Amino acid sequence: MVSGRRLALIAMPVVLIAACGGARGGETTITGAATGASLQGELLVSAAASLADAFAELGSVFEGAHPGVEVHLNLGSSGLLRQQVLEGAPADVFASADMANMARLMDAGETSGDPMIFARNRMEIAIPAGNPAGITGLEDFANDELLIGLCAEQVPCGAYAREVLRNAGVAPSVDSNEPDVRALLTKVEAGELDAGITYLTDVLSTGGAVEGLAIREDVNVMADFPISTLVGASNPEVAARFVAFVLSGQGQTILDGYGFSSP
Amino acid sequence: MTHNTPERRRRGRRPPIVLLILGCLGLALFLIPLAGLMARTPWSELPRLLAGDLVTDALRLSLVTSVLATLIAAVIGVPLAWLMARVEFPGRFLIRGVVTLPLVLPPVVGGAALLFALGRRGLIGDPLGELTGLVLPFSTSGVVLANTFVAMPFLVITVEGALRNLDHRYEAAAATLGAGRWTVLRRVTLPMIAPSLVAGLTLTWARALGEFGATITFAGNLQGRTQTLPLAVFVALESDRDTAVALSLVMVAVSLGVLVMLRERWWKAL
Repeated sequence: MVSGRRLALIAMPVVLIAACGGARGGETTITGAATGASLQGELLVSAAASLADAFAELGSVFEGAHPGVEVHLNLGSSGLLRQQVLEGAPADVFASADMANMARLMDAGETSGDPMIFARNRMEIAIPAGNPAGITGLEDFANDELLIGLCAEQVPCGAYAREVLRNAGVAPSVDSNEPDVRALLTKVEAGELDAGITYLTDVLSTGGAVEGLAIREDVNVMADFPISTLVGASNPEVAARFVAFVLSGQGQTILDGYGFSSP
Repeated sequence: MTHNTPERRRRGRRPPIVLLILGCLGLALFLIPLAGLMARTPWSELPRLLAGDLVTDALRLSLVTSVLATLIAAVIGVPLAWLMARVEFPGRFLIRGVVTLPLVLPPVVGGAALLFALGRRGLIGDPLGELTGLVLPFSTSGVVLANTFVAMPFLVITVEGALRNLDHRYEAAAATLGAGRWTVLRRVTLPMIAPSLVAGLTLTWARALGEFGATITFAGNLQGRTQTLPLAVFVALESDRDTAVALSLVMVAVSLGVLVMLRERWWKAL
């Protein structure tokens, strides 16, 4: 979790860089800055682990535009975050890595307004830099000589990975079902696992420490990431503005910088 | 017995009200989460949930790995405690700190450290794998190792304390009667510290049974091989709360049963 104060500190340079045209996409103005003066308070965003980097930037840019607002991120697997909301943990916004967990919150009457898909992501084979095990494709996931990791099937990245493997007709020989995508990525990066399946954006986030092997289009799946404000939001106006910001051109540009596709 | 009278008087007096309130608050902190767990338990579904192979695999693996970790801790931890209590050497206070470290480190950090040392690319794991083909991460042996790392300090600290408080004259007397050092250790020292030894072994076992962070970081999570009860609870919480609650209940029942039983039989001295 990134503390609001720290975010506020790093928000400043981000705004400056953006103002100098250095930000990805070259947008030079922070939209909403003029009208944002009235927004106040803390915003708690529960976001899927795979959104960690993108939402840290979204949060700090949003704070830059609304100096009275502090954005706090609560990161974890979508299922765990959904469970927290159902048990009454305070959160203003929920950003899930799949539709299933969002749907369960909708059914429970916890979402306010209609959830919107704000990003799409595809799956990729993640291998340690240099590919020491010589992985060439999904077929290697059936090789029980190799150490293969997937996300647990209960978490979205695990469900997507199994769908991909089913599409490819591969019965994987799994050595570890990791609790979330970042845990899986860490073990691939350390070279303890020979291969795993993560989101494309997670491979990009390692800056080369993990290499990605593209999965054929005809077997790959597209992951839809929905976002919604929550009924229990302590600050519904700020929550709605944050969701609008994520969906805006500026928000989409930031997400694009981390490898997400626009819906 | 002369001390009986003040003892009885002390017991007869009502406890100070402030202590009573604070003490009950302390107790409530332990009881309320348990009550929450009980309230969420789908009692009628319990037999079906507990019969699932996710639960039985995890229970079996947890029992096997925690008992193995306790045995290993006994074999290497008790000698370590003896050395720390009985042998003067420079830097003993540092060793004592190192031994206590797993108690205060977040277990995830311990798991990561184990991975850096004994993983396939690790400092020792790399040459070890080259020589023997042994790969500890993602194996049941890895779970036992992680459990031992996190839980053994309980044994070492308890036994070391007991050894240091032991009256040396008994051992000295046995020695003057012709007993060798090994005989003294076996026939005098160990029997005298037996209550502490059992208490230490019990705490070690209980800690190993509940181990989560180091295990999932070092040994991963695979049903039947590395998925212990705590890992199964964590993963089940994502999708199937009833199973997670049932698993938690099993952990509470097993741990509480053993702790209460041992406390009644062995810990009276403590």
